[in-house]
Amino acid sequence: MRHGKYPFVISFLVVPLVLYVVYVLGPYAQAFYIAMTDWRGVSATPNFIGFENFTKMFDDPTFWKAVQHNLFLLLALPLITIAIALFLAFMLNVGGRSRSGVRSGVWGSKFYRVVFFFPQVLAVAIIGVLFQQILRPDSSGALNGPLHAMGLDPVGFLTDPTFAMWTVLAVLVWQAVGFYVVLFSAGMSSIPQDLYEAADLDGAGRIGIFFRITLPLLFDTLQVAWVYLGIAAFDAFALVQVLTVDQGGPDGATTVLAQEIYRNAFGYYKFGYASAMGVALFFLTLAFAALTIRVSRRDRIEY
Amino acid sequence: MSVDTHDVPAPAPAAKDARTIGAAGKARQKREVNFLAGLGHVALVVWALLVLLPILWTFLAAFKTGPEIFGDAWTLPKALHLDNFARAWTKAHIGTYLINSVIVVALSTFGTMLFGSMAAYVLARYKFVGNRLIYYLFVAGLAFPVFLALTPLFLVVRNSGTLPVIGPWIGLNTRGGLILVYIAYSLPFTIFFLAAFFKSLPDSIAEAAIVDGASHTRLFFRVMLPMARSGIISITIFNILGQWNQYQLPLVLLQGEGAQDKWVITQGIRNISISAGYESDWPALFAALTLAILPMLVMYGIFQRQIQAGLTAGALK
Repeated sequence: MRHGKYPFVISFLVVPLVLYVVYVLGPYAQAFYIAMTDWRGVSATPNFIGFENFTKMFDDPTFWKAVQHNLFLLLALPLITIAIALFLAFMLNVGGRSRSGVRSGVWGSKFYRVVFFFPQVLAVAIIGVLFQQILRPDSSGALNGPLHAMGLDPVGFLTDPTFAMWTVLAVLVWQAVGFYVVLFSAGMSSIPQDLYEAADLDGAGRIGIFFRITLPLLFDTLQVAWVYLGIAAFDAFALVQVLTVDQGGPDGATTVLAQEIYRNAFGYYKFGYASAMGVALFFLTLAFAALTIRVSRRDRIEY
Repeated sequence: MSVDTHDVPAPAPAAKDARTIGAAGKARQKREVNFLAGLGHVALVVWALLVLLPILWTFLAAFKTGPEIFGDAWTLPKALHLDNFARAWTKAHIGTYLINSVIVVALSTFGTMLFGSMAAYVLARYKFVGNRLIYYLFVAGLAFPVFLALTPLFLVVRNSGTLPVIGPWIGLNTRGGLILVYIAYSLPFTIFFLAAFFKSLPDSIAEAAIVDGASHTRLFFRVMLPMARSGIISITIFNILGQWNQYQLPLVLLQGEGAQDKWVITQGIRNISISAGYESDWPALFAALTLAILPMLVMYGIFQRQIQAGLTAGALK
């Protein structure tokens, strides 16, 4: 043991640990307790009421609506984002013609990568305000303008309950795709060229190469993408709050758990009830993580 | 979509060696290649337009008048109304919000990197009782949804405002409070990433420095930190962007009376969007949006490589 090690270790750990315990661990632990109280408002004293908040929550149609929307995003967001990103990344990396058996990306692939990634840099709140304008329900909207010119009725992308949730999904996909194109591109470029050459010699077409070589060897990266997008699907707060009508409307058509937690805590000051929803969100996230690990367990391909 | 065979370059020598492929198979393959390459390129162009057009449309609207904005969506402004930007800066306070964001993010990212790298370093390279426990405590923070903590966090920050001396600096509606919360919530990922990085550094140089009589602190700041530069840069970019784009934490911690002059850009934009409806000053909203997007566009243009590397670094670990 080296001289003076412990004072040094403690001096380096004390500030980060105190910050972390006070602002992160403490609140997480408290949330489980507050969930079992009837705490309302900032000044009222909390009473312990056991699982009453949870039974109330299970009878609350808004809660189930929010859960349903989170689950919809959990299924659709990763599926659509990964499909689009995989296609685009494949085209960027191996979509070009093969010269001397070496696969090259299509022309301008660097430019596309730079453009696709840009939305990732923008704040979700800014994207929300931006798309509110793009999707305006009259002919002055960037999307409804051309529809109007074609003689179609304007679509209430955000005001029509049947479209609103799909609109939220579309904007989430719009932002996410570029990140995964870059991620998958990195994964694809680490696949050895000779595998492609061998497949070329065996007469495999582009589609065959994609499904037989690229996809299986990209499995680890795909798994990471699935987890990231799944976590994003459980959040979606900033976009729902900024983009949608009445913060989760119309009439709750786009609300998600995070939005309901925020509304109950800081709109109605129902701290206990909001925390109970937080606990529900926590267990949903946990279940998703456990399920992903179980389903995706398989042998790694070494190359 | 063209299935034009003139497009095909002369068959390369290596491809000629592929004698196993029959002539018919080869022709079929060529057609398939052309068709797919064409389809692929169309898809790439379409997606690039999908990304660019909404942003360009917003930039364009920033120069329009109110009636122009509510007229035909895809027309050019008749004159460039630069006064929109002046109103966005002064009346809508976009300048204040931008400056607030810069102050908060500069300090919180600096704090995150300082404390995060310090903790990651001792956790990665020193053996002591409780090392693993503390490491897993930090990493566990990655698994929890922030929304679970939102209500208690609000109360913690509110209560810390009543502390003697430091209270007024770190309570609700203070930049200090927001900065400390940003640091705390950025620590799990920063430590997770940097601990792995410090572990991968060679022992020989550290040992040589110790033999030369360097103290532990000196060893860290003068030797190990510079050696970990590439990892530090990646994770700094990750934290700057994450904290700059943060929305729910400022929304909860900077609310109520007297908070508006401390709002960060994401809150500010949202507020301008709401008040644009009341005051029907839509051109100022588009100008504000443009002013919020432009700095990111410029930064991205300059550091595009590092930003892509920084953001995807976590996923590739």
